[in-house]
Amino acid sequence: MKDITILAIESSCDESACAIVRNGKEILSNVVATQIEVHEKFGGVLPEVASRLHVEQISAVIDEAVEKAGISVADVDAIAYTRGPGLIGSLHVGVQAAKTLAWAYHKPLLPIHHIKSHIFANNLITNLKFPLLALVVSGGHSEIVYMKDDNSYEILGQTQDDAIGEAYDKVARVLHLGYPGGPKIDKLAKGVESLYKLPQPKTQGEFDLSFSGLKSGVLQFVDRCKRKGETYDDATLAASFQETALNEIMDKLVKAIDTVEVNQVLLAGGVAANSRLREKMDEAFKDRKEELILPPLWVCTDNAAMVAVAGYFAYKNEAFGDFSQSAKPSLKVMDIQK
Amino acid sequence: MKTVRVKSIEETNALANKIATLLEGDGLICMAGDLGAGKTTFTKALGKALGIDDVITSPTFNILKIYDGEPMLYHIDAYRLEGIQQDLGFEEVFDENGIKVVEWYDYINDVLPSERLEIHIALDGEDRLFQVSGIGKKYQEIEEVL
Repeated sequence: MKDITILAIESSCDESACAIVRNGKEILSNVVATQIEVHEKFGGVLPEVASRLHVEQISAVIDEAVEKAGISVADVDAIAYTRGPGLIGSLHVGVQAAKTLAWAYHKPLLPIHHIKSHIFANNLITNLKFPLLALVVSGGHSEIVYMKDDNSYEILGQTQDDAIGEAYDKVARVLHLGYPGGPKIDKLAKGVESLYKLPQPKTQGEFDLSFSGLKSGVLQFVDRCKRKGETYDDATLAASFQETALNEIMDKLVKAIDTVEVNQVLLAGGVAANSRLREKMDEAFKDRKEELILPPLWVCTDNAAMVAVAGYFAYKNEAFGDFSQSAKPSLKVMDIQK
Repeated sequence: MKTVRVKSIEETNALANKIATLLEGDGLICMAGDLGAGKTTFTKALGKALGIDDVITSPTFNILKIYDGEPMLYHIDAYRLEGIQQDLGFEEVFDENGIKVVEWYDYINDVLPSERLEIHIALDGEDRLFQVSGIGKKYQEIEEVL
């Protein structure tokens, strides 16, 4: 079979990235310029600063990716790019770069959904075996996704309010732990018993998630302690929050998996790095027949290699885009070609 | 300023319904209130009242979320923009026809149009107090009939 080589561009948040990947597997190059240091100073991503930095970085990142791959843009089969969801200003930069390359080199365009990329990223470390179930957990998303094949995508459950990563960030702020909050709470809670009773999330949909009430519950707990002049232990509170949040996810995931037949269960998105979540996944799936895929951190963070993998499958499915499509900050999977 | 006491999610929905009708398809709502006060909950109720089927989730991460509908709903969260002076890169949103909701609006007050409906949510025991102020003729009228 003929090789399929995809050049991909990712700029949905605070990483400007370009990668060239062959057959959705072999990384020829994977270059990421991160803005985290700049944003850390301010405690978060700044949209206009982010898009300006993307403009500054994107050409250099593409040049480096092409040079490292040792090929010419003329040799690739298609240009993939992240169309959404993400920060509008940041997305525009990547979309424009992708269109320019596609136009100049007469290559087809592949608009890609950011969350699909995170799931397909797992193909870099294993062979995806459909049908599969993916738990996508990040700063902006919390979804349980069923994929019957490489061209289908069904959301079985999703957060009705805050994403899990966002809840971590906000609770970390209450505990004065700084940004990003996820790794800090994970570290503080390690080995600590969860003793404080916090409100259990409630949702209408059977597999839906919710973290807003839990977030408010932590705030009210802290307020109540202050009002009564009682002290509390930060690590115990962090552990109590984490256990409640992760139990909610595991509970819904295990319920969802009993309704579908899948070969694999995989984790995707930045919160996949959480050590307690990985422990819980290991525990929950050790006696089950489904293969559990827990990707290493480099696969979970934003990069362009994952977009190239998603691009490879989109290319095979002939899911091409055109030059009239612009960035969509609230892109839905079914709308990718519209 | 008018204060509306809300005791349940049903009452939040009723208030959102009323405001959605009074806005007549276009307007700016600026929301304030602590973490967990219920800003996103109110926006969800408003979206429902506007006939938007999508799940409206917190826009904190992406800062701007856009929901297709008649009218469109633009949901902005300035939570992550505290303490910085900058262009947003999407100010044109405020010129669009549709409902614009801004959470944590005081962080980007400089770039917001002055005419708007301000809603501050405060907790009072188990209840929530919605303090509504209309600035500009259209919004003053809304405040009066609430």
